[in-house]
Amino acid sequence: METRSYPYAIEMRGIVKRFGPTLAGDHVDLAVRKGDVHALLGENGAGKSTLMRILYGLYHADSGEILVDGRPAVIRSPKDAIAHGIGMVTQHFALASPLTVTENIILGRTPNFRIDMDAAHAQVQAAAGRYGLEINPRAVIGDLAVGQRQRVEILKALYREARVLILDEPTAVLTPQETHQLFTELRRLQQQGLSVIFISHKLHEVMAITNRITVLRHGRVAGNVETRGTDERALAQMMVGRVTRPAVKPPAVEEGDPMLRIADLHAADAKGVPALQGVNLTVRAGEIVGLAGVSGNGQSELAHILSGTGEAGRGAVRVGEKEITHADARAVMAAGVGRIPEDRHAGVVGDLSVEQNLVLEHLDDFRRGGMLDHKRIRSHARALIDAYQIKAAPGDRIRTLSGGNMQKVILARVLERAPAVIIVAQPTRGLDIGATEYVRRKLVEQRSRGAAILLISEDLDEIMELSDRIAVIYEGRIMGELTGAEATTERLGLLMSGVAHAALGAEA
Amino acid sequence: MSDIFSLTFLVGLLSATLRVATPLVYGAMGEIISERGGVLNLGIEGTMFLGAFTGFAAAAALSNAGVAGYLWLGLAAAILAGMIMGALMGLFAVTLGVNQHVSGLGITLLCTGLALFGFRLIFGESDVLPKVTPFAQIAPLGATSPAGVVLEQYLLTYIAFLVVVPVSWWLIYRTRFGLNLRAVGENPEAADASGVSVARTRYASLVLGGALMAVGGAFLSLAQLGAFTPGIVAGRGWVCIALVIFARWHPVRGMWGALLFGGVFALQLRLQTLGLELPYELFLALPYLVTILALALAGRNVAYPGAYLKPYHRE
Repeated sequence: METRSYPYAIEMRGIVKRFGPTLAGDHVDLAVRKGDVHALLGENGAGKSTLMRILYGLYHADSGEILVDGRPAVIRSPKDAIAHGIGMVTQHFALASPLTVTENIILGRTPNFRIDMDAAHAQVQAAAGRYGLEINPRAVIGDLAVGQRQRVEILKALYREARVLILDEPTAVLTPQETHQLFTELRRLQQQGLSVIFISHKLHEVMAITNRITVLRHGRVAGNVETRGTDERALAQMMVGRVTRPAVKPPAVEEGDPMLRIADLHAADAKGVPALQGVNLTVRAGEIVGLAGVSGNGQSELAHILSGTGEAGRGAVRVGEKEITHADARAVMAAGVGRIPEDRHAGVVGDLSVEQNLVLEHLDDFRRGGMLDHKRIRSHARALIDAYQIKAAPGDRIRTLSGGNMQKVILARVLERAPAVIIVAQPTRGLDIGATEYVRRKLVEQRSRGAAILLISEDLDEIMELSDRIAVIYEGRIMGELTGAEATTERLGLLMSGVAHAALGAEA
Repeated sequence: MSDIFSLTFLVGLLSATLRVATPLVYGAMGEIISERGGVLNLGIEGTMFLGAFTGFAAAAALSNAGVAGYLWLGLAAAILAGMIMGALMGLFAVTLGVNQHVSGLGITLLCTGLALFGFRLIFGESDVLPKVTPFAQIAPLGATSPAGVVLEQYLLTYIAFLVVVPVSWWLIYRTRFGLNLRAVGENPEAADASGVSVARTRYASLVLGGALMAVGGAFLSLAQLGAFTPGIVAGRGWVCIALVIFARWHPVRGMWGALLFGGVFALQLRLQTLGLELPYELFLALPYLVTILALALAGRNVAYPGAYLKPYHRE
């Protein structure tokens, strides 16, 4: 009875973890009450993931102890963690995508050599029902949306009798709707007695879903508070150790010339399904136009075409007076377009150094005779590293950089050319507060310089903070445009779900 | 040309198709099972060759000693040799994490050398090709009706199509081993975290795969030929590598691929006898051309196992 009433599901005491010279965990204490959703909040690199990887047995602490249910636990591998009732869902899902939901869930828990698939499906279905997680056990993982895959991961952990669930940045890959559904599911699981450790750096989510918050900064506990007794401002201060500054947008510059004009653009996706069905959009010099929408409504295809890496069908794209509808990447760049791609790993070559990545798109400018001028490439890199506060040396392989620094390299490469048009997709996805602020400030700077910026983002807060005008894309069509002043989450949400602009006319 | 459409021609063609496809079925199933775990076993060509030799050498020795079941015992010896080569591939690719192309080709070279050396050692250099009386064909429907003639085949052919293919399917899709195998070949980290031993699963698949490959080789020496020659496998292992991609790692599609290759091979043999004014090398090349064509058409955008070619070590 005594253990049953023990208040803490997990206690980590004095955890120290060193990676070479850096202290990723400096005597960290964490106590998670039973039935709580407990946030582990902090910037990227604050030591959240390290701490959780220790709890899940993926790393070993140099010192410190872990108590599960008040009893000391030795956790050397995920297998040990699972045996102690700890489950973890990471951003990179541990699922085999050609396998079915059932197969992924029963993996490693098959009592007999022969598997009765029908019985297994039924078992998984029953478990899903018990936990209120709606999923088709027969579905192949590869066919599922990201939110559904995450649900499978959660179910997989629960199927392994997890009583503590670690969710590592679970909303980073989700749409607003999926996030909403996840929160509903988590609340239900919480009522069933599950404890959740929720790793995040998104303040409003932490405020919305958790009971208690532990803030980490530079590997140390910077704060430990009840969610009810705090607010976003206080949390942000704990996280970064100073007062945060939103990207202050100067008043709109007077109306500039239309720089990017998209007229009746059509395109098909990789499977040949129409992805763009007559997109019309204009971006003027000195303005940021936000393109909002649930992912998969044609944003990627549009970004690819505007970058010269996609296949356009009917319609036209003009930069100034130059048509670039079917141009390749080199021609698009030459026309004055700078591109900051959605997947920053696709925007750099991981095995090349920072300096090489910085000149990758303009090698011709760094030639001496037929050879590359390494001296100039290095001094060029030094100047940009300085100007863009990139925490890296020119010779570092870009693969070793943090997401924020990698994004700064891409920004530096694009912005130093002062492009007339900037296509930027999900610029702050996965970045910490500091880096996010930096990227947004840079975009606003570019706007002041007179660049025409198309900001494609699934982060509505970002869109609303930065945009002069907001267009909403739904199933490959622009559903409507709102000025920054008109836009509210509700109105954008309606447009994003495909409710036509006309329906909003009455209240507008 | 009307010969082509005669019943006799068709019967001969179908019968030969099944015969030619048999070693390919064994080889392809062995390779599918290996690759499902994430290991490309390019040792297949050599393993088939060693299987053909070991099977023949053991059968010849036992036959000389007057042992009655010499063919089946020879087959068992071949299987053992195949399992050893599978385990060796495991040592390189799984335990040591050596590049799989290199280790597979190394095993093929090793097997080829071992078999040729062993052959010279045991049988010396004689002008007469050593022979054993091979497996006899069985004819469950008699050998008079066209269907009966087509089905007059070796028992090993029956086993290939009626046992090995369905059991491979069952093993991969309906057993714990198969589920672990697919998980290990797709996402070894996830499998490991779920308590599945990546190394043990991969070893098991390579040993089983090696055994099947060796049976494919032994079929050639113990059933089809009753002898062992240096050119006995003649690239069939490489054809299997292509068939596996064509099959997208599915046993039943692998069987269809083997039949397609067997059919074209049997057809070109018959076309050669028609006395067309074309160099016979052209006919010989035909099945390989068809393989390349089939691969080019069906092998595009195939989803390779996620952990294909990647050694797994815990961090």
